[in-house]
Amino acid sequence: MSRTLYVRDPDALRRFSVAVIALVILWPMIQLAQFDVFALFEVSNLKVFTNFLIQFFPPNLQASFLALVLKATIETLAMATAGIALAMLMAIPLGLIITYSLSISRIGPASGHQIARLSRYLARMLMLLLRGIPEIVWALLLVRVFGLGPIAGVLAIAITYGGMLAKVYSEILETENTLPARALLMLGSSRINAFLYGLLPGASQELASYTIYRWECAVRASVVMGFVGAGGLGQLMDQSMKMLNGSEVSTILIVFLLLVLLADYISLIIRRQLA
Amino acid sequence: MKKIAFSFKNVSFSHSNGKEALRNINISATAGESIAIIGSSGSGKTSFLNLIASSLRPSTGSITVLNVDPWAISKGQLQRLRSQIGLVHQAAPIPPRQRVITAVLAGRLGQWPLWRSLLSLIYPVDITGPQSCLQKLDLADRLFDRCDRLSGGQLQRVGVARVLYQAPHLFLADEPVSAMDPVLSDLTIQCLLEDAQSRDACFVASLHAVDIALRWFPRIIGLRDGAIFFDLPASEVSESLLQQLYESERGELPKQGSTNL
Amino acid sequence: MNHYSARKFCLKCLITLVVIVLLIVASFVYLSLNPLALFTKQAMSDIAVYTARFFPPDLSITFLQKVWSGILQTLAISALATLLAAVVSLFLALPAAGEFGHSAKVVTRFFLNFLRSVPELVWAVLMVLAVGLGPFAGTLALALHTTGVLGRLFGETLENHPPQATRALRLAGASNAQAFMYGALPGIYSQLLSYSLYRWEMNIRMATILGFVGAGGLGQILYYELSLLHEQQASTVIMAMLVLVIGVDMISNKLRRVQMHSLG
Repeated sequence: MSRTLYVRDPDALRRFSVAVIALVILWPMIQLAQFDVFALFEVSNLKVFTNFLIQFFPPNLQASFLALVLKATIETLAMATAGIALAMLMAIPLGLIITYSLSISRIGPASGHQIARLSRYLARMLMLLLRGIPEIVWALLLVRVFGLGPIAGVLAIAITYGGMLAKVYSEILETENTLPARALLMLGSSRINAFLYGLLPGASQELASYTIYRWECAVRASVVMGFVGAGGLGQLMDQSMKMLNGSEVSTILIVFLLLVLLADYISLIIRRQLA
Repeated sequence: MKKIAFSFKNVSFSHSNGKEALRNINISATAGESIAIIGSSGSGKTSFLNLIASSLRPSTGSITVLNVDPWAISKGQLQRLRSQIGLVHQAAPIPPRQRVITAVLAGRLGQWPLWRSLLSLIYPVDITGPQSCLQKLDLADRLFDRCDRLSGGQLQRVGVARVLYQAPHLFLADEPVSAMDPVLSDLTIQCLLEDAQSRDACFVASLHAVDIALRWFPRIIGLRDGAIFFDLPASEVSESLLQQLYESERGELPKQGSTNL
Repeated sequence: MNHYSARKFCLKCLITLVVIVLLIVASFVYLSLNPLALFTKQAMSDIAVYTARFFPPDLSITFLQKVWSGILQTLAISALATLLAAVVSLFLALPAAGEFGHSAKVVTRFFLNFLRSVPELVWAVLMVLAVGLGPFAGTLALALHTTGVLGRLFGETLENHPPQATRALRLAGASNAQAFMYGALPGIYSQLLSYSLYRWEMNIRMATILGFVGAGGLGQILYYELSLLHEQQASTVIMAMLVLVIGVDMISNKLRRVQMHSLG
């Protein structure tokens, strides 16, 4: 039973051309990113960096410094909390505009207003803008208006997270079960009441859960924004890094990791209590 | 005197859930022997093969495979030992999206250095080798196809081709022809037997179909409830012995094509 | 429904809500931040004046070229970093999935968690210290962070993958690495690729801002222009960032829809 025997792999040509294309893209990419492995091992850089790293052990545990760190941590937490609070203030009306007419039409016959559709479109555009610009860019800009300090951070979070919350709120409301709301409508309540008392309560847990998750992200973002002058733990770390003080940086890093764990724990507790 | 392929001394094996699979097995085989293991489902055939393959460790007793105790040697030595043991699984353990040629080449991974295995993924380092193995099993035209395009029987044959390519000193087969029709079953068993004989390798197959076992294998071992019921040349296996062996199965002796209960 | 238990249930909710509101108010007090102060005439006019300085954006050819090279550099940073991270994660997936024993798994997972927990920007500051200003620092920083993320995802994918194929190869004498490449990789490779592409998308976003600490890309240009009070140039860069992020988002959505289509 002899058949034509393949001697070469028929897939070889495809693989070869893929490899060539990959190399053709890879080389300029490496140039653009100025990927110079040898810079890692350049003696002057290496010396400074290793000295810096060595200072990490032991971390700075002096009482005066720890007090500073504590103050910065509380400032970071306050920034995140205030920021999320303002974000919610923004997101609730924004999200409602987006979702209101849609949800109303899901509950019962829609009035089909052009105005509603236009406002929904505008609100969506606004949200895209707010979300598209990273919060740290907002922070950088706001620092120039309001000066160094946590205010810029709070507003940056409020703006970007407001957009994010609005989008997710509208999505949650749009996919929520409309049965209770429709039942209320049939009992004769107005559309607004059907929305508030029929649709909203069912979605409230998901809404709260997402908001608290965003608060956790806000804590992390607050630290990062400190590097552009928005106060908190980040600004402290930036200062310590600029002075090449490894032991201080090490302490702050540890505190940061603990803070992230703490925020995770708090959010877990709150979500459980609200369930 | 011929070399000993494997030997069991007072070997018992229990699963981790406590169920006893094999009781007090004493047996040995020499190089070049071909043995068929038969018995009803749950009699311990698969555990027996897995003990030889060093996939399972005996609960009591000792085993030697190719003159070494697989549980008393270093990891590197165990790897080398295993590259000399070829195990044909009942369900070919081949990733669906892999091509047939790569699946067959994988048989020699134990004998290849790392760089060669890496290279082979990009371009197969040996095409004629797998090709001839597949040709023996009438599957050469599927050399570059993906394994998920094959039928169950074809996939099983790819698993056999892999072991043929591995060219081990000890062949083990766990129900290697369960998904094949009678013609292909004969072809496959014949293929394995020829290959084993040509290199003086020991060949042990567990089979569900008694007729295949009696037709092709000179030595038959019957397992019943985890113990060796008989160990005889094929010519001495009588109908009544077989009936006693398969007492649990509903009166009929399993033949090729009958469903596995 | 028991009225008493319903009231008790609500009480827990209510207390939690009250506590949260109190904490929110406390935050504002601690920061001496009065949100209403933002809406005073003075504050609003300050903001309006500042915003006006951003218009019109600088659309001169020379500056657009600069921004274009910034976009390319941002893309290069993110792509290279994701590629590096994916390759390293491929290696780390084995110990992370437990192929080398329990202690190796614990150590690897801890190490990956650490890489993940430190924010990309902090890594960028550290890398700038190690290799100097520029996109190389950004690439390394993103690569380190992404290794933490992808390493964990790859490890979990490998761990959840049915082990029969790998085990069979191990029984034929293959080493851990060989058994992984021939047994597991063909099955998980498309999932790993999908994770990597998703991560690349997020890394493009990240790469735009790492420049704030000197790690190259559009961020470095933005920081530079803002510090020179060139608001019009800055606004061009911000628009470029938006276009980049939204463009990538649209392309990936389209690709995802095509992929779904071809699978279905």
